[in-house]
Amino acid sequence: MRGSRPGFRAFPRTAGLAGAGMMLGACSGTQSALDPAGREAGEVATLFWVMLVGAAVIWLAVIGTAVFASRWQGRPVSERAGLRLVLWGGAIVPTLVLAALLAYGLRLMPALRAGEPALTVEVTGEQYWWRVSYRGPDGAAIESGNELRLPAGHAAEILLTSADVIHSFWIPSLAGKLDMIPGRTNRLVLHPERIGTYRGVCAEFCGRSHTFMAFTVIVMEPAAFEAWLARQAAPAATAADEGAFLANGCGGCHSVRGTPATGTIGPDLTHLADRAMLGAGLFANTPENLRRFVAEAEEVKPGSRMPSFGMLPPQDLDAITAYLGSLR
Amino acid sequence: MLFRRATPNLWTLITPPTVWALHFLFCYVAGAIICARYPGALGELRLSIAAGTVLALGLILAAGAQAYRHWGFGSDLPPHNEPTEDDQQHFLGFATLLLCALSAVAVLFGAMPALFIAECVR
Repeated sequence: MRGSRPGFRAFPRTAGLAGAGMMLGACSGTQSALDPAGREAGEVATLFWVMLVGAAVIWLAVIGTAVFASRWQGRPVSERAGLRLVLWGGAIVPTLVLAALLAYGLRLMPALRAGEPALTVEVTGEQYWWRVSYRGPDGAAIESGNELRLPAGHAAEILLTSADVIHSFWIPSLAGKLDMIPGRTNRLVLHPERIGTYRGVCAEFCGRSHTFMAFTVIVMEPAAFEAWLARQAAPAATAADEGAFLANGCGGCHSVRGTPATGTIGPDLTHLADRAMLGAGLFANTPENLRRFVAEAEEVKPGSRMPSFGMLPPQDLDAITAYLGSLR
Repeated sequence: MLFRRATPNLWTLITPPTVWALHFLFCYVAGAIICARYPGALGELRLSIAAGTVLALGLILAAGAQAYRHWGFGSDLPPHNEPTEDDQQHFLGFATLLLCALSAVAVLFGAMPALFIAECVR
């Protein structure tokens, strides 16, 4: 009967291959702790593999013993031998393994905060976006939002806090996560090593749009980073008309440096067109998505403080979209 | 006295976990106070946690030696489930001995961060 249904018999192998392929596929990419792009994530990935191999060895030993006992060992062992097995296999060996893992894990921790940071960035979690503030060479704050740029090969100190509820700052490709707690500043040191674009997320449930609270991380050549930071410090350069943006009150919540818009409730939009994503990782930064976000903020980002501006005349929406899309 | 009793009771049974709990509190409270008030005194913190650990392990060792005696020096294997005076003594002694082993491991694990701590993190 089994031989007569080759298709059915082949299923587990095909499914296994497909499953393995999917699992391996998930090991790389912009948001994978198994594809580290920084020193901290490298340590975490090594810890993961050490524990995985250790767990596999222990699993094989336990299952092997069970198979041995049920298949080959025909008679029961003496009570003393049984007690000795329980003592060693159930108490002493697990204690030694846990002690070794604890020592290994504790040894990793101080190294994660070492190094003199070349750069300090303050990141504040807010429902549901990230306020990012760099320190320029003159010490002045350079405000940005929902995007973190770092120079490769240099330590960066990230000072984390929250303006409302507890959030958690996690860039799987660069480091482990750290909570952002209102009234407290937590310090994370990152050592990004590989140039590229990664994805960071909020890793602590923070409300209705928690899922839509992500950010882009761009690790750059140090010289390119310096040039970018100098550009960020400058006011927005645009030829587009800011009239509709200002007349509809956008400046009450958002800042565009160099204009009368100085609100601080929402993200700073000074160089919005430079950012890869909109709405804290919600959409790619395209004119269509920008218009949609302005018109339908409450629908696409439930619970956020940005109201929908879909009631504006279409020409105003077009003008606001064109203006924001020109802010480089 | 808890450590020189002829027979075990519930007080001798909970002695080793109590020692662990006090050691745990001592490590965390000392770490919190030193880091908040004297962040430079990590060496002294390490030494006091080491001293506290030696003291806790000594007390657990004493409790363990007594429990081994109450157990009858292992002359009789568990389960001690007969409704007799002897089995009750042996049961309490053996249970205390197991708790001593658990408490000793917990004391060591609780003290281990003191070996690795490099700075008081803000």
